Amino acid sequence: MSSYYEASARERLQNLLDPGSFQEFLPPSARAQSPHLLQLETPAAFDDGVIVGTATLGGAKVLAAAQEGGFMGGAVGEVHGAKIVGLLERALDERPAAVLLLVESGGVRLHEANAGLIAVSEIMRAVLALRSAGVPVFVLDGGQFGCFGGMGIVARLCDAVIISEEGRLGLSGPEVIETTCGVEEFDSRDRALVWRTVGGKHRYLLGEAKEIVADDIAAFRAAALALLDAKPDLSLDALAAEHEALGRRIERFGSAADATDIWRAMGLENPEKIPVLEADDFRAATAGRRL
Amino acid sequence: MDVKTLLDRLFPQNHDVRFDGVYLSGEGETSRGPCAVIGSIDAAPIGVELAFQMAGEVLRIVREHPGRAIVLLVDTQGQRLSRRDELLGINGYMAHLAKCLQLARNQGHKIIGLVYSQAVSGGFLASSLLADRCYALPDAEVRVMNLPAMSRITKIALERLEALSQTSPVFAPGVENYVRMGAIHGLWEGDLAARLVEALDAADSADLRRQWGQQRGGRLLAQDVSKRVRHYA
Repeated sequence: MSSYYEASARERLQNLLDPGSFQEFLPPSARAQSPHLLQLETPAAFDDGVIVGTATLGGAKVLAAAQEGGFMGGAVGEVHGAKIVGLLERALDERPAAVLLLVESGGVRLHEANAGLIAVSEIMRAVLALRSAGVPVFVLDGGQFGCFGGMGIVARLCDAVIISEEGRLGLSGPEVIETTCGVEEFDSRDRALVWRTVGGKHRYLLGEAKEIVADDIAAFRAAALALLDAKPDLSLDALAAEHEALGRRIERFGSAADATDIWRAMGLENPEKIPVLEADDFRAATAGRRL
Repeated sequence: MDVKTLLDRLFPQNHDVRFDGVYLSGEGETSRGPCAVIGSIDAAPIGVELAFQMAGEVLRIVREHPGRAIVLLVDTQGQRLSRRDELLGINGYMAHLAKCLQLARNQGHKIIGLVYSQAVSGGFLASSLLADRCYALPDAEVRVMNLPAMSRITKIALERLEALSQTSPVFAPGVENYVRMGAIHGLWEGDLAARLVEALDAADSADLRRQWGQQRGGRLLAQDVSKRVRHYA
């Protein structure tokens, strides 16, 4: 097993895609780094924390972007965001089988906050335009920093999310909520609470992640391969169905105090045991129950 | 500007907008025909309910009024910060709203955003930043975070951030910065009804904000870097 959580963005790409097939666009030698960080005398990176390129997956052509959590928590700045937007627009030209987004991001990079926020909105528009053109976009979420802020919205714009138990997906990170609203609202040091609320299992049970996998790059690869034939559907019917499902979620779970209350309401037995189950046992225990 | 005054000035011929708490929806008459209006008041935090409500209205407009232009008048202090909203998957509700707006765009509805009071962070992302074109009133406030908070988190001295914000539009709050960076197309003054009609006539479904940011000198790399990736050989 090769841990997805522990791997760097480059290692994830190397081991996820067909061996030797990945070719990077604007590699570190191109020095596409953030002038804004340099201006603030903050260390910059030659790839601005995201790697974009082309490869094959099971022989099918794909485009892929991988955010590097080790550089500023994968936060989106002007260059970082523009690389992802450029990749999504390239997919409009090249029509690959899919675009893979290996997300790991705390959201907007505060050192260049306006540029980052606008960049995230451009990623959102580009994902939607690409899906409208019939090219699916898949998200892989299992890195150390999870997927938060604007990238948490981006992830849910895509065709499917593949998540590990270690993966986290949300909007405002627990630290942000604690800092703003107090520890009684969200204790970010309570790891069990954090994982129950924004972790992979809860996202899978709510139906926000299509697949949950073990923390293994090969497992992410297998799940991505299995999704390749999916086609985007942004039709009125599809969105009306999504709307109904989201409305039901508020009705059923809107007053739940904790994820375990939601899991119990979904009919899962022993919801308090859910966090300790391994991926396979977890899938078996929740089969037919999740939304 | 008070939203009722705003509606009177945007739609002097006629408007019929209903308020439900911080949420508003309805329609206004322009010289280009009726426009749908969706928005919020009182610097509303956008939580799952509000995002859901706005998305539902977009779907209704697509169903019942094919092609009708949509004007977003969203006053927001940002996403609602709460454990409950995270538990319910607030990011998915915002993404759903974005998908509904894309559906409208794909079906020929023009979408104009007007920041008339505040637009902050995730609340801005989930609303006006998704419009074909976003505008603002000159005294509107737009930001990700104020400078003192930014200083605490980045560990960069406040004085330094304040000094740099005089020359760089990339991090400091301010509607002018967003204009220079291309995210806000322009500021509306004078005859707001006329500004709206001009915007409706000019709206384009392509995302040209990187180009504007480059032309205006506020965002010099986004256009270039994205093009280099798109055409990298």
